[in-house]
Amino acid sequence: MSTWIHATAAEQADALAAGTVTSVELVQAHLDQIAATNGDLNSFLHIDADGALAQAAASDARRAAGTPLHQLDGVPIAIKDVLATEGLPTTAGSKILEGWIPPYDGTVTARIKAAGLPILGKTNMDEFAMGSSNENSAYGPVKNPWDLTRIPGGSGGGSAAAVAAFQAPLAIGSDTGGSIRQPGAMTGTVGVKPTYGSVSRYGVIALANSLDQLGPCTRTVLDSALLQELIGGHDPKDSTSVPGTVEGLVEAARSGAAGDLSGLRVGIVKELQGDAWSAPVVERFNESIELLKSLGAEITEVSLPSFVHAMAAYYLILPAECSSNLAKFDAMRYGLRVTPEGSPSAEEVMRVSRDAGFGNEVKRRILIGTYALSSGYYDAYYGQAQKIRTLIIEDFKKAFESVDVLVSPTAPTTAWTLGEKADDPLANYLQDLATIPANLAGVPGISIPSGVSSEDGLPTGIQFLAPVLEDARLYRVGAALEKALNDQWGGPIAPSAYAKEGN
Amino acid sequence: MPELSRDEVRHLADLARIDLSDAELDHLAPQLNVILESVASIQGVAGDDVVPTSHPIPMTNVFRADVVQPSLTPEQALAAAPASEDQKFSVPRILGDEQ
Repeated sequence: MSTWIHATAAEQADALAAGTVTSVELVQAHLDQIAATNGDLNSFLHIDADGALAQAAASDARRAAGTPLHQLDGVPIAIKDVLATEGLPTTAGSKILEGWIPPYDGTVTARIKAAGLPILGKTNMDEFAMGSSNENSAYGPVKNPWDLTRIPGGSGGGSAAAVAAFQAPLAIGSDTGGSIRQPGAMTGTVGVKPTYGSVSRYGVIALANSLDQLGPCTRTVLDSALLQELIGGHDPKDSTSVPGTVEGLVEAARSGAAGDLSGLRVGIVKELQGDAWSAPVVERFNESIELLKSLGAEITEVSLPSFVHAMAAYYLILPAECSSNLAKFDAMRYGLRVTPEGSPSAEEVMRVSRDAGFGNEVKRRILIGTYALSSGYYDAYYGQAQKIRTLIIEDFKKAFESVDVLVSPTAPTTAWTLGEKADDPLANYLQDLATIPANLAGVPGISIPSGVSSEDGLPTGIQFLAPVLEDARLYRVGAALEKALNDQWGGPIAPSAYAKEGN
Repeated sequence: MPELSRDEVRHLADLARIDLSDAELDHLAPQLNVILESVASIQGVAGDDVVPTSHPIPMTNVFRADVVQPSLTPEQALAAAPASEDQKFSVPRILGDEQ
């Protein structure tokens, strides 16, 4: 087994630049790892070995000619199956899109290709990104590389597991209520939800447009910074794209790793503490807070009182938006069409096809959204939820007057057992307590590993949040804490079945 | 908080164009009530003075010049269609029996 898979994306890029490895060798090493492990993990829904090797050969030719397209030219990447990739199947984890091959690239796919990163394949996910455990995928759940009987988090369990199990150094995720950050916490990896609108959503199969955001899944903070800088920036094809580019991320990660956080004001969110948070998660969280203090950060507690309503507001706004979004799956222009006996009307075909093509969680959310948007209930539910959104945005603004970043555990518990909460929607929703507020307010967030639980040995995560467009702050504090934790542990944490010898 | 009846869930499914079976109604209706009960707590939290937010970052409508740009060919656009004919999507009849 090649040891290249255990190198970070930044190290792989440096080795390509130094000529000590070729892109074809890197891609082959990761394809070998995928071939050896995907049967257990189910993290990839589609593997494009031939395409990735051809892209790698083209990358090597550019390097040989002295004309690489980007620092990461030749470093392999995996893409969540929610993003359109021309010529590669894109299902969003749903039966209704089984076999669909998009005739175009999403903007982030196009930027990845324009930078020369070979695309290994498409990663598994909860259907239409609805879920916190990956058990809602129509193609079977992803298994957690730390323990194959456990969930990997969701909805981006595939991207997180792929990165954790060294199947890819980089992956694209999408985060509507925590789908990048929570799987990061569950798999001991790094996940970033950038500022809303700072990475294009063109070509993303939308879940809830006012909440959705693409972002990086990696094993290190620096790798996430490199990837976010690559995929970010204004896109005229995304009408909610913010003007300009969020810059200085790589620089912030590098300066943060120097370990000096003097003067940084960090606020612990009062409302994201308490009984819902398991003792081992809190234990690791408190350790990280002590480390932040030792690096010079000033720690205070801040209250964001409307956070207590965030989950309820989210689980009205999201279903409302998704019930409207998913109306496009009507069995007419693309996707599954099931035709009942006789001479059915288009509407009958639609009803039967949508029943056959959507899973239970998708149906539940469409029905809740349809209810919340019904006349007579609109003001009491959707209208109220939108007002709470305003209150949460105001809470963030006020908090950021006194602190530079906010901090909380990423998720209340470590990864639970597959099947344990599979048919209990509310138990799954509660996992998103800490991650949802960032989506409601559009602010950026990062989750990094905070260690492993003293009870079950599974990874725990810590989350930082920053004001809109201040993503660089996350990379500074994230890299500083990552370095301090790695020094304490003697290296990054990794699942033992996949880690290199001696890790 | 009114409980959603089985018939009301069936009506919602009709509105959403999903043909739920009886077994699915039995399974989903109680779950929907649990979810609705948990989100009902927000009623009355924010008063009339709070402005609703539909979008986290204030923006105005974005327009571009009305000029033709490269787009999919008819073949590409129809490639994933369940059925097509004469460079058009072919769909089942639109009108019901009674119309």
